[in-house]
Amino acid sequence: MASGSTSTDMQRYLLNRIGQAALVLWAAFTVAFVLLQALPGDALMIKYQNPDLGLSPAEIQDIRASYGADSPLFVQYLNTLGDFLRGNFGYSVQAGVPVVEQLAASVPATLSLAGLGFLAAVVLALAIAFLSSLSEFAWLRNALIALPSIFVSVPVFWLGIVLIQIFSFQLKLIPVINPPAGLGLILPVATLAIPISAPLAQVLIRSIDDVRTQPFVGVARSRGGSNAWVLSHHVVRNAILPTLTIAGVLLGELIGGAVVTETVFGRTGVGQLTQQAVNSQDVAVLQAVVVLAATAFVLVNLAVDLMYPVLDPRLKRKTGALT
Amino acid sequence: MNGALTELAPALESVPVQVPVLELRNLSVSYADGHRTLRRVVHDVSLSVAPGEVLALVGESGSGKSTTAQAVIGLLAGNGRIDGGAIMLNGTDISGWSQKRLEAIRGQKISLIPQDPTSSLNPVLTVGAHVDEVLRLHTKLPKDQRRQRVLELLERVGIPDPSRRAKQFAHELSGGMKQRVLIAAAIALQPQLIIADEATSALDVTVQQRILDLVDDLRTEFGTAVLFVTHDLGVAADRADRIVVLKGGQVQEHGTTADVLRTPSSPYTRQLLADAPSILTGNAREFRAGGADNAVEVRNLVQDFPTGRNLPDFRAVDDVSFNVPRGTTHAIVGESGSGKTTTARALAGFHRPTEGTIVIAGQDVTGLDAKGLRRFRQQVQLVYQNPFTSLDPRQTIARIIEEPLLNFGTIPKPRRKEVVKELLERVRLPEALLHKHPHELSGGQRQRVAIARALVLKPQVLILDEAVSALDVTVQSQILALLEDLQQELELSYVFITHDLAVVRQIADTVSVMSGGRQVEIGTVSEVFANPQHPYTQALINAIPGNRKAQP
Repeated sequence: MASGSTSTDMQRYLLNRIGQAALVLWAAFTVAFVLLQALPGDALMIKYQNPDLGLSPAEIQDIRASYGADSPLFVQYLNTLGDFLRGNFGYSVQAGVPVVEQLAASVPATLSLAGLGFLAAVVLALAIAFLSSLSEFAWLRNALIALPSIFVSVPVFWLGIVLIQIFSFQLKLIPVINPPAGLGLILPVATLAIPISAPLAQVLIRSIDDVRTQPFVGVARSRGGSNAWVLSHHVVRNAILPTLTIAGVLLGELIGGAVVTETVFGRTGVGQLTQQAVNSQDVAVLQAVVVLAATAFVLVNLAVDLMYPVLDPRLKRKTGALT
Repeated sequence: MNGALTELAPALESVPVQVPVLELRNLSVSYADGHRTLRRVVHDVSLSVAPGEVLALVGESGSGKSTTAQAVIGLLAGNGRIDGGAIMLNGTDISGWSQKRLEAIRGQKISLIPQDPTSSLNPVLTVGAHVDEVLRLHTKLPKDQRRQRVLELLERVGIPDPSRRAKQFAHELSGGMKQRVLIAAAIALQPQLIIADEATSALDVTVQQRILDLVDDLRTEFGTAVLFVTHDLGVAADRADRIVVLKGGQVQEHGTTADVLRTPSSPYTRQLLADAPSILTGNAREFRAGGADNAVEVRNLVQDFPTGRNLPDFRAVDDVSFNVPRGTTHAIVGESGSGKTTTARALAGFHRPTEGTIVIAGQDVTGLDAKGLRRFRQQVQLVYQNPFTSLDPRQTIARIIEEPLLNFGTIPKPRRKEVVKELLERVRLPEALLHKHPHELSGGQRQRVAIARALVLKPQVLILDEAVSALDVTVQSQILALLEDLQQELELSYVFITHDLAVVRQIADTVSVMSGGRQVEIGTVSEVFANPQHPYTQALINAIPGNRKAQP
């Protein structure tokens, strides 16, 4: 009808959303900067005041100047912000290498862990929701519905330890030290996936139940659709929308979960990098990790928002007004 | 099988020559409630529908008519079950069939045209996909042939430009178009029986008429039998060959349409006929000129709504003027989107008119500030359509009725109690209801409570926004009688908003007909009905169900 105005609406909506995303990233950067500066202690001092090195106060002062740590805070803030915009994340004090190199070494491992963990969580949630919806037996349905509440109350570190105990030490299926790449991923992915699948499954079961009471489901059955047909052709696409929202929010949990999982399983990755940086108060690394996490968060939620109109045609025309 | 049929045949009222498409023999259906006790809602219902015949199953809410229809198509709610009797489809009892066997005949042999077209289409699928679904489920046609067939079907049910429409979604179609899509899906495989479950109740009368004409055409074309489930005796009178009247799950009356209308045998059917506003023209109200002064004066009312940036405003009400002399009723009639409710909301002071003036009880409402508006609300009260949602479920009836007094006044508690009791008596409700909650009351009782609440501030004007549209006809006629009495006792003036022209004759003195925001006709009720000037008014009057066969 008015396809021209719809496409400009869409462009305006996109620009709007990208602007918002940039704003969120800047805010995350600034808050992280302020908080990290406010921390007592100083990575440079921790490293170079070590009596073993035997450096004089004047020499330490020179080193501080070379890192730019002696200029006023506001100037440091602007410098760091400028560097970040140019893709320069500074130097790790503890390791003495550029942060970019450290991230390049650890991000792929974390990405594969988090990606697979999320995928496994989605599959698990879908399986629980569909089986409980299709099940003819009340006891099976009740058992499946109870599962997410159990999953959600399991702490990640505990789950990791229990899984290692069972599969590595008792059953000796997966070696603990230097496992082959594929095999080594199984336990960490399971550890990460189980608690995240729980809220997904809960929301999905709930919205499947809601959608099933809609008249169009009964009408589809009146055309001869079976339970499974109606579920896959009519219910799922309608039920998936609220689940998608939750999935965007769960990313935060995924990042937190990855840190713990990597520590428990002794895997290299952003989690381990973060943990080491916290121990040595390596501000530059932490700053980069915070911005990285915020970027991931913003991107995933942007993707979720852009997927709504694809899944629900009713939202297409209103995209301009959704902001 | 055959032996059983000939044995039974003399017992049936009319002996069909051929095997009926559908025959119910002493069908009983129960629902299990929370405590696993069974409550029977359909008792020994027997009926039969011959090929090409239309049988109307008429009843009020709770009569078991929808349950009967659901049992036939095998889609009773989870807690429902058939306790006895047989459902014979072409001579085969399908009442004991598994869901899997039923799935093979649903859509193919029996199909359904549902009640509310908007919620009966999946919002995330194209409308074409809904029609295609039947073909996918029951035929092995390749994709391109199915597509061809979908377009043919959409064209057949009167959807213009089907190849474009097929790709659209439900929210892009009007109510009538959506119902056409559902009909296209229902007739796709030329089933032997179509169940139309209140198929046009959610539509405007003129749309309803076109849809019913379409169903009629398709029936004659394919020889399909139709089981027409409806609460509207007028629609049944127009469209059915035979009528079965249900009450409390039991058959009250069973006969040809002409017989049932002319010589109803059961007192319940007689009551139903007397209350149906669409069928009888006799009980029109006597015209009242009203007092010397006008309770409501509306002059050139215009109401615009903003639609968005850089877009022209939407004009919902365009130049409406009318007077309501004190003690009379003015009806505003129109279909959905005609601006009638917007007019009502402007009268109640919910939004400021863009242009024009509204004078109520001698006071210009348009110039009032917030404080004045609050005082003015004592003069004008609203009664809404749905008595199930307009009452707070957590409050007692006494509390609901006295609430306006708490908002406005300083009346001491004992006096308030008296006032509430008086009002309850005025709306003919027993005092015992005072401490009950809305869910314990019937629909009619709730609407009486809503009227009592509207009267508690002693207003001069009541705005009744579709106030009887959600009620069964017998309850509707009782509420209309109550409104009539109250008007005489309290010298009230009513503005009666409705889509149902038939009710207008019973309650109103003067009437405005609205279409697309404009007032296309105004006059006394008898003038407008006897001599409608505008073609739209003529179409509305012609579309009133019950006009065709009811008149001798």
